[in-house]
Amino acid sequence: MTPSNAPERYYNYAYLDEQTKRMIRRSILKALAIPGYQVPFGSREMPVPYGWGTGGIQLTAAIIGPEDVYKCIDQGADDTTNAVSIRRFFAKVADVETTEDTGQATIIQSRHRIPEKPLKANQVMIFQVPQPEPLRGLEPRETETRAMHAYAEYGLQYVSLYESVSAYGRIATGAGYPVMIEERYLMSPSPIPKFDNPKLNDSEAVLLFGAGREKRIYAVPPHTTVRSLDFDDYPFEVQTWEQSCALCGSEDSYLDEVDLDDAGQKMFVCSDSHHCAERREAGHAGPMAGHALDQSKEPAP
Amino acid sequence: MQREEWGFVHQNPRDGLRMRVSGGANVAEPLMYLGQRHYGKMRQATIDWLERVELDTLRIDDKPRNFSGGMQQRIQVARNLIHGPRLVFMDEPTGGLDVSVQARLLDLLRELVRDLNLAVIIVTHDMAVARLMADRLIVMKGGHVVETGLTDQVLDDPQHPYSQLLVSSVLQI
Repeated sequence: MTPSNAPERYYNYAYLDEQTKRMIRRSILKALAIPGYQVPFGSREMPVPYGWGTGGIQLTAAIIGPEDVYKCIDQGADDTTNAVSIRRFFAKVADVETTEDTGQATIIQSRHRIPEKPLKANQVMIFQVPQPEPLRGLEPRETETRAMHAYAEYGLQYVSLYESVSAYGRIATGAGYPVMIEERYLMSPSPIPKFDNPKLNDSEAVLLFGAGREKRIYAVPPHTTVRSLDFDDYPFEVQTWEQSCALCGSEDSYLDEVDLDDAGQKMFVCSDSHHCAERREAGHAGPMAGHALDQSKEPAP
Repeated sequence: MQREEWGFVHQNPRDGLRMRVSGGANVAEPLMYLGQRHYGKMRQATIDWLERVELDTLRIDDKPRNFSGGMQQRIQVARNLIHGPRLVFMDEPTGGLDVSVQARLLDLLRELVRDLNLAVIIVTHDMAVARLMADRLIVMKGGHVVETGLTDQVLDDPQHPYSQLLVSSVLQI
């Protein structure tokens, strides 16, 4: 690690000052003690705009240490602009090793996805959350939603599911699907697809959620019951695809639809880029293996 | 108790309804608050109640703003009765409605109250409504009760000057 008085160590270790990191750690501990409860914290200005992951970056900065191995994904991919920038940021300010390998990482920061590879006990998953309050779209008043959480009165959330069923004949929510934590707190799982909701339940890893603009931290400790809301006659279901991944042939991962040309040709590929690359290396091949998009990438910076 | 056994019909239906969600969801909401988790059963109960308050069941998924004032008020009544409360508060439920709609709504309320064996506390300025609906009457002025009694007794022989004023101000046609 670079000494703290070295010239390139212009910022404090992991960017935030020590008092701020302590404050965030206290909030994390409180959030872990009350799974699903939104803990207010003094969110700081970060060198990226709100909506780009300021909550997740602050959580990472508060818990990261020089021995950590850091992975950052955006929409499942390691090589998208936002993921690359945040990964470089921590490589610079925290001197950590970065990786794309889900299995090697000790801290995984993400928006929109949980990696396909099951998480392990020594890993921390950090979610960037745009709107921590699942009830906000239904009830704009913070005082009201706080009371609802306090009394565990979540009938209102079912009203939105009811509306969805009456309009579409099914529960149409695809991402940010509301979950109950230990049958006590209603929680927004951040905009991950509902495909990933079952991975929250009884997870081995610590799951931390940070909303920078909304100044809230919440958490799901390991082995916590996470139940996706549903109706008795309209049970919770995850997305399924008729296709398999065009590059690696995976049939059980979350697929993105990619338009290839103006003629409407398209392909379905794994949203988890590392999962897909690992499978291809292991010799799996999909119907479009060898396509221009199927090339080995440069290693992570 | 407030959720399970009471209902509250607001004077302005926009205060008592969720304007962002459909009429049907508004009616079903108390059931969901009380833990009903079966969509089909709730849907059926909602349709039954829309029929009871004489609304077109095909419009179950319309937003409240697409209903007229009287219809909104009837949605509100259905919403407050669907879970079988024992006591319903009504704050001038017919205020702001035209007279024919008022009459039908009052008829409906009276029927429902008799059928369901409900207790209703109704606040009104309209002597005719009081005469039609109420068994017992409390006259209040400035936050204090000035006179109580059986409805007919109070209206036919008001004792307090304010009650007398109220009764004598009713327009005769």
